[in-house]
Amino acid sequence: MLKFPFVIALTTIAFAAVAADEPIATLRGLDPLAEQGPAPPMAKVSNEDLRRARNYPEQPPTIPHKIRGYQIDLNANKCLSCHSRRATAESQAPMVSITHFMNRDGQFLASVSPRRYFCTLCHVTQQVIEPLVGNEFVDIDSILSDQDSGKKN
Amino acid sequence: MWSAAKQYWRVLTRPSVHFSLGFLTFGGFVAGIMFWGGFNTALEITNTETFCVGCHEMRENVFQELKSTIHYTNRSGVRASCPDCHVPHDWTNKIARKIQASSEVWGKIFGTIDTREKFLAKRRELAEREWARLKANDSLECRNCHGFDYMDFTRQSPRAANAHGTFLASAEKTCIDCHKGIAHELPDMKGVPGW
Ligand code: HEC
Ligand code: HEC
Ligand code: HEC
Repeated sequence: MLKFPFVIALTTIAFAAVAADEPIATLRGLDPLAEQGPAPPMAKVSNEDLRRARNYPEQPPTIPHKIRGYQIDLNANKCLSCHSRRATAESQAPMVSITHFMNRDGQFLASVSPRRYFCTLCHVTQQVIEPLVGNEFVDIDSILSDQDSGKKN
Repeated sequence: MWSAAKQYWRVLTRPSVHFSLGFLTFGGFVAGIMFWGGFNTALEITNTETFCVGCHEMRENVFQELKSTIHYTNRSGVRASCPDCHVPHDWTNKIARKIQASSEVWGKIFGTIDTREKFLAKRRELAEREWARLKANDSLECRNCHGFDYMDFTRQSPRAANAHGTFLASAEKTCIDCHKGIAHELPDMKGVPGW
């Protein structure tokens, strides 16, 4: 898990030490623009089955397990075989949100609405890697509590 | 008719004039081995993946789909071939399945399933046959490789350990109840329990 950033750090240090006047390494690496450098090793999909906090209430929850080979098409929806209303008692998986039963006119249908059928349009798995770029996102609770305590944000 | 039968019976029961008893016994024995061996060898040939994907519709449909799954390529390099999942190991069941499979070969020769579309149209029926078979034998073919007694739940994902520790352990469900579509794309699952 820690190998990747470690390698990056090492190369960065080594690089800075060796040649200060060579081109700067960006995310895409040092290979000339027209060439394809070696691909980084594929990251593992996180599979702990632990729910993650959402960064904001409307955020589609991320998938806490691997979904390799799960079929979602006209014929079958593997996700719903655990997350559908009827399957949850057995699977103990969270049921798809009630908003998923709503059609575009706000009518509730008997089952998942076609526009919400393709789960992976919004829900994605996560990988066991360090983020490649920094992120300064601060969630709303932190902003509010900082305001209350008089810090500016 | 009756008299002809009687005639044959007489020929069969009359002692041999030209061959010794030893020759007949031994010869019959050898011929028997040859026949049995030949039969089983022929059977073994039909029991290889090469034979299975020799047919266009298997190679272009189910085989292509299998290739991206864990049973074709994985980190340990152990894999399942078509007969591992589809042909029973014990002899009686094997013959029974072969006779049934002959109807699928018939479908091939006489062109019932010669395009992807025709295959897809037939897929639900073929899949249901396999589900029923695996349900009836408690997923025997899966268990030939995956022994429940040897599953280390601490090494499985929490989801897998949960499912296996409850419904599988209590024998309420068998592998195929939860793992449909493990090796190929699924047909239209409308009405299949749990889908
Ligand atoms: C020839 C032996 C063999 C047979 C038969 C077999 N499997 Fe497997 N199966 C394997 C091997 C080997 C692996 C995993 C290899 C690895 O992880 O490196 C595997 C992996 C799996 C996985 C894990 C999938 C994943 O994504 O991690 C499941 C589920 C599974 N098999 C179910 C079944 C079911 C259901 C059947 C019966 C229809 C079956 N297997 C028949 C050998 C077999
Ligand atoms: C009650 C449903 C259920 C039954 C019955 C069941 N499984 Fe599973 N199995 C699951 C679930 C859920 C997972 C985890 C999700 C996935 O891999 O798709 C799983 C995962 C697996 C895995 C991968 C292990 C891992 O750590 O990811 C293997 C191998 C497997 N099953 C084999 C079998 C075999 C063999 C049988 C029959 C002896 C069987 N299962 C019966 C539900 C079941
Ligand atoms: C890991 C076990 C496994 C392996 C390996 C396997 N199958 Fe299957 N096969 C199944 C199961 C289970 C079904 C029942 C349908 C389903 O759940 O997808 C099935 C169904 C089928 C069907 C019926 C149509 C369908 O797709 O449902 C055909 C035909 C078939 N398999 C052919 C093959 C051939 C040819 C190979 C080798 C290239 C092969 N299978 C390898 C498990 C396996």
